[in-house]
Amino acid sequence: MAAPHISLELTVNGAAHAVAAEPFSTLADVLRDTLGLTGTKIGCDAGDCGACTVLLDGAQVCACLVPAAQLHGRTIDTVEGAGPQGVTDQLRQAFLSHGAAQCGICTPGMLMAATALLTEIPAPSRPEIEAALGGVLCRCTGYIKIIDAVEDVGARRVREPAVANPRAETDADTFGVGRRAERVDGWAKVSGRELFGADAAPEDALWMRVIRSPHAHARFVIGDFAPLMAATPGLVALVTAADVPGENSFGIFPDTKDQPVFAEQHVRYRGEAVAALVGSRAALAQIADSDVPLAWTPLPALTGIEAATAKGAPALHSARSDNVLTRGRLARGDVAGAHAGAAASASGTFETGFVEHAYIEPEAGYAVPDADGPGTITVHASTQAPYMDRDEVARVLGVPKEKVRIVPTACGGGFGGKLDVAVQPLLAVAARKVGQPVRIVYSRTESMSSTTKRHPSRITAKASADAVGHLLAYEMHGDFNTGAYASWGPTVANRVPIHATGPYKVPHVFNLTRAIYTNETPAGAFRGFGVPQSAIANETLMDDLAEKLGLDRWQIRRRNALGRGDTTPSGQVLQYSAGLPECLDALKPAWDKANIDAAAHNAIDARYKSGVGIACMWYGCGNTSLSNPSAMRITLGRDGAVTLWSGAVDIGQGVSTVLVQIATEALAIPGLRIELNATVGDTGTTLDAGKTSASRQTFVSGNAARLAALDLRSQLLRFANAGDDAGIARDGDALCFGTVRRIRFADLPAMIEGFGTYDPPTTALDADGQGSPYATYGFAAQIAEVEVDMRLGTTKVVHIHAAHDVGRAINPTLVEGQIHGGIAQGLGLALMEEFIPGRTENLHDYLIPTTGDMPPVSVHIIEDVDPEGPYGAKGVGEPALIATAPAILGAIRHATGVTVRKVPVLPHRLWELIRQLQD
Amino acid sequence: MSAYHRPTTLDEALRIYAEDPSLKVLAGGTDIYPGKATRAAWGDMKHQGILDISRITHMRGFTETPTDWWIGPLTTWRDIIDADLPPLFDGLKAAARGIGGAQIQNRGTIGGNLCHASPAADGIAVLQSLRAQIYTCYWNGPETTQNAPIISPMHVAPSFVIASFIEGSRRTKLADSAIVTNISVSGKGRGYFRKLGSRAHLVISIAMVAAVFDWDERGNVRTARIVVGACSPMAQRISALEDILRGKPLDPALALPEHFSMLTPIDDVRASADYRRAAALQLVKDVITEAAEDQRNVRR
Repeated sequence: MAAPHISLELTVNGAAHAVAAEPFSTLADVLRDTLGLTGTKIGCDAGDCGACTVLLDGAQVCACLVPAAQLHGRTIDTVEGAGPQGVTDQLRQAFLSHGAAQCGICTPGMLMAATALLTEIPAPSRPEIEAALGGVLCRCTGYIKIIDAVEDVGARRVREPAVANPRAETDADTFGVGRRAERVDGWAKVSGRELFGADAAPEDALWMRVIRSPHAHARFVIGDFAPLMAATPGLVALVTAADVPGENSFGIFPDTKDQPVFAEQHVRYRGEAVAALVGSRAALAQIADSDVPLAWTPLPALTGIEAATAKGAPALHSARSDNVLTRGRLARGDVAGAHAGAAASASGTFETGFVEHAYIEPEAGYAVPDADGPGTITVHASTQAPYMDRDEVARVLGVPKEKVRIVPTACGGGFGGKLDVAVQPLLAVAARKVGQPVRIVYSRTESMSSTTKRHPSRITAKASADAVGHLLAYEMHGDFNTGAYASWGPTVANRVPIHATGPYKVPHVFNLTRAIYTNETPAGAFRGFGVPQSAIANETLMDDLAEKLGLDRWQIRRRNALGRGDTTPSGQVLQYSAGLPECLDALKPAWDKANIDAAAHNAIDARYKSGVGIACMWYGCGNTSLSNPSAMRITLGRDGAVTLWSGAVDIGQGVSTVLVQIATEALAIPGLRIELNATVGDTGTTLDAGKTSASRQTFVSGNAARLAALDLRSQLLRFANAGDDAGIARDGDALCFGTVRRIRFADLPAMIEGFGTYDPPTTALDADGQGSPYATYGFAAQIAEVEVDMRLGTTKVVHIHAAHDVGRAINPTLVEGQIHGGIAQGLGLALMEEFIPGRTENLHDYLIPTTGDMPPVSVHIIEDVDPEGPYGAKGVGEPALIATAPAILGAIRHATGVTVRKVPVLPHRLWELIRQLQD
Repeated sequence: MSAYHRPTTLDEALRIYAEDPSLKVLAGGTDIYPGKATRAAWGDMKHQGILDISRITHMRGFTETPTDWWIGPLTTWRDIIDADLPPLFDGLKAAARGIGGAQIQNRGTIGGNLCHASPAADGIAVLQSLRAQIYTCYWNGPETTQNAPIISPMHVAPSFVIASFIEGSRRTKLADSAIVTNISVSGKGRGYFRKLGSRAHLVISIAMVAAVFDWDERGNVRTARIVVGACSPMAQRISALEDILRGKPLDPALALPEHFSMLTPIDDVRASADYRRAAALQLVKDVITEAAEDQRNVRR
């Protein structure tokens, strides 16, 4: 029971407030719940992430750690204020110009930490900025653009503080393809006005809390809820599997819907939903899980691939008696013969663990029954895949799809983790049961323990080459731990065999994969879908072959690099964009210099050894051999307003901005500004653009947006009776067609709509994995420079050079942002990130990179335009992550002589390997 | 109904605490709120009553006396970073800069770090290297005694040398309803601190070393106090090595694995036990090397 409320007088952003608060509630509660200042975000509620950073009497604090009782008479500055001397406003403009806000969930915390710094030190050094922002975690940006922005304000390079949406006067000149346009949704993010899943809900919404299994494998019996209901005023309902009106299951593919919304008598992983409490927030806070009548019988759990595939291992799912969810295969040529005839072969077994997405916004949202008519459910939630969510919720409710509407909130980071439903079916079932709006906000630990991860992998591979280093054969067997439920396991199993050789010409290939069920957290989609894991294997083997053949590591990659006209292991001929040779060439000067520098350094330093590594990657944009269309609509009203109705969810990567830029270029009407519809991805008002995944939105939805804008343009030309090549320009309240016709907006038809749809051309794969699974591929090469403390086994990445063939950079700032962010996640995968169910379920035991861990990054954008892409563009979301970890491992090997085959390379693991080598 | 008390005097705080020993003492809140979140995540919703001592403002900050430095338990890490202190406290300052981010440094207190008694508490290892004396008190009826500076009136409970104050992992000898009222440090020398983690900021130590060295005009060690943290349930003095260093020039080669036999590190998600043992030795060598460099610079 809470203590009685106390009265507080405090000053927030210069305004005096008198509030009543429960004394042990926090400053974050007072700001968000009492004062409605939701710009202050909650990422962990434990002082680990810094998203809730505000200024308390000028000093940065985590609002989640300050008792309300201590607030009387205090002064607080939040993101909603101008900041001392307007510093926050100046930072806002700098963040916009630099693209320092991606998803925007950490942005308020970053802005306030930077405000505190600049108030104290007006012109801070870069290390001072890194230290001052070191307490705020960002998962999107890799911190570089954030630090650049703060540095600019310190150096007074920002003159105009931003106090209103600065995108007032933008058109084709500043917003066309190739421009470093500011994000169309940037102002919402830097002003703290963006509404994420936890930031809004109807006044009368009840709260929901899920009761989850504390056991990895158990049976349970649900007892009588009546006594708890009777004893707890404000508890409105207990929801279980019995309340699911439709199918109590979900999953990505029609034949893999194996995860229950609420478990029925049997749980398969720690964190699985068993029941939910619905009621007032205060009532829910009084109920312990142990008050809920559940009788548990823990059972032995299958942990890891080996246990699940052991002879006699019990089956998690009756339909898969061997615990193998699915298999993937690619076969080409005669691998055995090629190995036998090779000058050199290399092989090894490689291991990776679970990796957590660690988006700073835990899952959250609310559902409203009957908002769009009787029998409807509207779910507002943070998601990457609104249309898939809609179909899933409809199935769970047992209603037609039309009865379900998904309205995406702003998405505070996804990276694949919000491609599966989480809160959506739970909320829908609960709202349907109680007949009233229901909201939920996952805790950090709930998010980490219950939602999907990157698949742990065990990959055994062998590569062979001829005497001059031409690859002859590649053979791989990869097992992927898909956890308790299928999720995106089949996608990983299918994508990996295609990509597992790396972006090289290999005539003889035999790749097998399996996705294995275990009693662990479900593994699903995570930036790269298994390719980051397989890249560690293939790039290490490239280094092995180079060593055996006495070749330079850059040289062997250049010699084998896929380029235009080459044939991939799936038999696809790369007709057009394939710029890996150009990427490698762009890096050659940095490669040579880094190697010379490392040798010079290592000659004089016995303890800290420098090393340089290189890795390449390729990545097919879009679904693997599956239709994945996108549809876009663009309208022109009589008020002259052009609106792009986008269903492509922007999870921070900037697709909304990219689509507006593409549409602006295609529409080609100077002076006419394209607005984005208010709720991107709303299934009630936008067309299905497909999910935000697989680096597909720029490529696929970009094409749809281009076609929609071209359609609108040609309708205008037709209406004006102008020729196809006539120019159109805005002139005040009218459009001018060439020099002859002027038509006032008011004289146009009431609504002109342009439509565009695009589905990338692919072909099915045959039983040997042969075919053209993707319409286009992104390519990249990256160099990592590291310094290793030989005595402590610690690794510091000191520089990354990244060359990416993106086809065409629609917005170079956003491209750089994707590369920086992917590198940060790759660095985490290589050096620190390891999710262990039950052990690292929070952001102080599960470590992701901080400001001080990111090295400088030199980005080389290579533009080998793809005629299939919109203005030549390809996807860039996933590639940088993939090439990073293997480059770092190569650099560690160069520095130490140790070949690491298991990530993360925690200090104690590297120390052990160095010790073994020295013995 | 869970209580929340916010006394303004120590006297009042002690009286409240005596009446309800189940209260949890809160200063900066940087341990209590994360603990609450951890419990709530798996459905343990209860929380204890709170005794918020943050308004007892005279328990914050440094005071210099002719013989000692007194550190109020409410002194924050940021206070420590900003304070004008002799080189004896360099290790404490380095530890403060490495705790959490600026947000935690602005709120977390040295008294909280001490009483929380985590095996990985950076502050405890430093205080142990400073041979800090911990003063505590509790309510003892209406009669008052007074035998320590700064705080008055008070009811002094036993004071402890730091090493005897910490009883084990997350356990102290603090009596029921007692509060740490003061920390005193005396002596000469220069303080050092090194911690090791898997990332740059916001990191819980895999291993850490705090040390104080003092040397005579010929450069021979007069005082050496070396403490290793996060490698045992409690931070450990490396006495055998201290004995060897005394009377000789600072030399990292004098540190040998056998001096560290009292460590009982664990294997966990952060590191292996073997690694922690080796890292502790290396970190100690590193602080000896750093001190030797300082010594050369001071001489010059």
